[in-house]
Amino acid sequence: MTTDTLAPTVFTGGQPGSTLYQLTDVRKYFKKGPDTIRALDGVDLTIASGEFLAVQGPTGQGKSTLLSLLGGLDHPTSGHVVFEGHDLAGLHESQLADLRAKAFGFAFQTFNLIPTLSAEENVETALVPFHVPSHERRQRARQTLDELGLGDRLSHLPSELSGGEQQRVAIARALVKGPKVLLADEPTGNLDEQMRDEITGVLEKLWQNRGLTLVVVTHDSTVARRAQRIAVIAGGRVRSGTG
Amino acid sequence: MLLTYLRRELRRRMKQAIVVALGLTIGIGLVLVVSATSNGVKTAQASVLHALYGVGTDMTVSKTVAPGTRGPQNFGTIPSGSTQISREMLRPVGGQTTLPETDVSTVANLRGTAVATGGLELSDTTLSGTLPSYTPGSGFSARGTPSGSSSPSFSISSFSVDGVQISKTGVGPLAPSQVTSGSYFASSDNNADVAIVSSAYATQESLKVGSSITIEGKALPVVGIAQVASGAADVYIPLGTAQSLSGLSGDVTTIYVSASSALVVSSLTSEIQKVIPGSTVTTSASLASEITGSLSSASKLATSLGTGLSIAALVVAFIVAGLLMMAAVARRVREFGTLKAIGWKTRRIVEQVMGEGIVLGIVGGIAGIVLGIVAAEVISAVGPTLSATFGPSYATGGRFGFGGGTGAGTGFGHAALGARTVLVHLTAPLHGGTIVLAVVLAVAGGLIAGAFGSWRAARLSPAAALRRVE
Repeated sequence: MTTDTLAPTVFTGGQPGSTLYQLTDVRKYFKKGPDTIRALDGVDLTIASGEFLAVQGPTGQGKSTLLSLLGGLDHPTSGHVVFEGHDLAGLHESQLADLRAKAFGFAFQTFNLIPTLSAEENVETALVPFHVPSHERRQRARQTLDELGLGDRLSHLPSELSGGEQQRVAIARALVKGPKVLLADEPTGNLDEQMRDEITGVLEKLWQNRGLTLVVVTHDSTVARRAQRIAVIAGGRVRSGTG
Repeated sequence: MLLTYLRRELRRRMKQAIVVALGLTIGIGLVLVVSATSNGVKTAQASVLHALYGVGTDMTVSKTVAPGTRGPQNFGTIPSGSTQISREMLRPVGGQTTLPETDVSTVANLRGTAVATGGLELSDTTLSGTLPSYTPGSGFSARGTPSGSSSPSFSISSFSVDGVQISKTGVGPLAPSQVTSGSYFASSDNNADVAIVSSAYATQESLKVGSSITIEGKALPVVGIAQVASGAADVYIPLGTAQSLSGLSGDVTTIYVSASSALVVSSLTSEIQKVIPGSTVTTSASLASEITGSLSSASKLATSLGTGLSIAALVVAFIVAGLLMMAAVARRVREFGTLKAIGWKTRRIVEQVMGEGIVLGIVGGIAGIVLGIVAAEVISAVGPTLSATFGPSYATGGRFGFGGGTGAGTGFGHAALGARTVLVHLTAPLHGGTIVLAVVLAVAGGLIAGAFGSWRAARLSPAAALRRVE
């Protein structure tokens, strides 16, 4: 596979404003001992292509679970998570892996960088599923890191970078493959105010410049206010901001 | 990048990697040592069997004396009034009787026989000393008490002599390749007065090529010195000469048989016993079972305890390596969850973990092979000398008697010559196949360790992995 195939082929992009996600009566239950935890209990949500959506809500109300379902990291217990006309609930793990590789980029609160790999190598890991030649992989990783202002940090290990820099590496890893959607789970949760503003600015800029669909789960109202729309989850349901 | 990832992960978990590799090193090293020792014991056994058998022999045919049939064994009549004696006697070795030489052809013509050759296993014994007063005609008996008043004073010395059929050198007690000094018999030497002596006997008697050795009163020039196994004959002479000197013309004591295939040994044994009634056919298997002494103990130790120990060590090493890999993967759950989230397929992650296991297996295997080779060298350098004793069923009776005996097994010298002890220096040779086996085991160990770990990695759902708090 060449880099030409990096752009999603199966899941063709929609026009800005067209429906990208359609969630219908989505439920996700977890068994914990004898109890059943209803993380999501009938979520209906529509997300438009190119939209910047913030998901807020109290801790433990299903925000991250929702993000997992949007990113094809998990299957719903019931309901439909339709992405560009394909119900993710019906896809096998292998198909979901292909979709995650091509269409979704993730940024996590704890950055989740591979501690033994340099910034450049961490970004390259996102291109491994595409079997891109190593020189091209390296070139793309450098280009993306440059874009995020980390051109002088290529060979640094995560432990040698600040929190904000680590998050920017994680964002570079998410973006290097040219995804359709960037899913960020508390991306500023581990950062101080200055870093928070910096990362929020980076995300906002990327959303604007790249035409990404950006879904950010956050506790932070400062971050949420930058979004076009805010969906509030409580009791496993979207209480406001439904599309 | 993937190799970089693998290398750095192993470096990050250096201590754990060392423990896994060390476990495999010990397991594989132990397998090699046991295997090398087992090879050494087999070589020692082959050497011992060769001492009895000769070169290229699958089985020997002989006949033992039935108890009570040989009768008193005399050194002849001693002249009246004589008190100083020196008598030499050349006879078949203990308990053996002769077979007609025609039996060699009979066996050679049997289906399944590749080559058959005859040999005459003899013992040359010299009695010398001073006797008490002597009554003519009574002879000397080992059991009887010589009449007279003065105490007897005499000594007995002996050495073993094998008559060798020169025309067939591929099978028999002595091969030309064993002659390390001088030369082997010429093809025309079948009745010649020449001898080849074993290097051990040559050293003991200060013999060299050109010296002469006296057998049955006849001086035979030594034409060669042979390197033979401990326990083999001291002197080798042409068969015709041996028959002539011992007065056993047309006779042999042993037929050396090379079978056309190992598969026919059993049926050939039956055939031989049919055509030569009363014969004893000894195969390597039956002979090996009669070996006692430290060689036998070492053989049993190598095959039972050694094999069990090495298998146990390997199993423990594999399990420990597997559990450690599982523990390592458990600490990397979020890492693998992240890789799955960015699109790595489960197979790719499994390959990564398996790759780490295989690298550890190869490192452990190489170290294990080095350990095994060093240990095998040490064993070879300081290895003990093993003894192999062949019980009375192989050599019933003495090689000779000293009058008054009642038959085989009761004659004078029985204890010394009836049971035959061969000393073998234990070595621990490592064969190429064993090294290949070690490499295979090392990779298998790495694969097993990797499989333990990757099984856990493969089962993770990315969301569950990312939820994991480390």
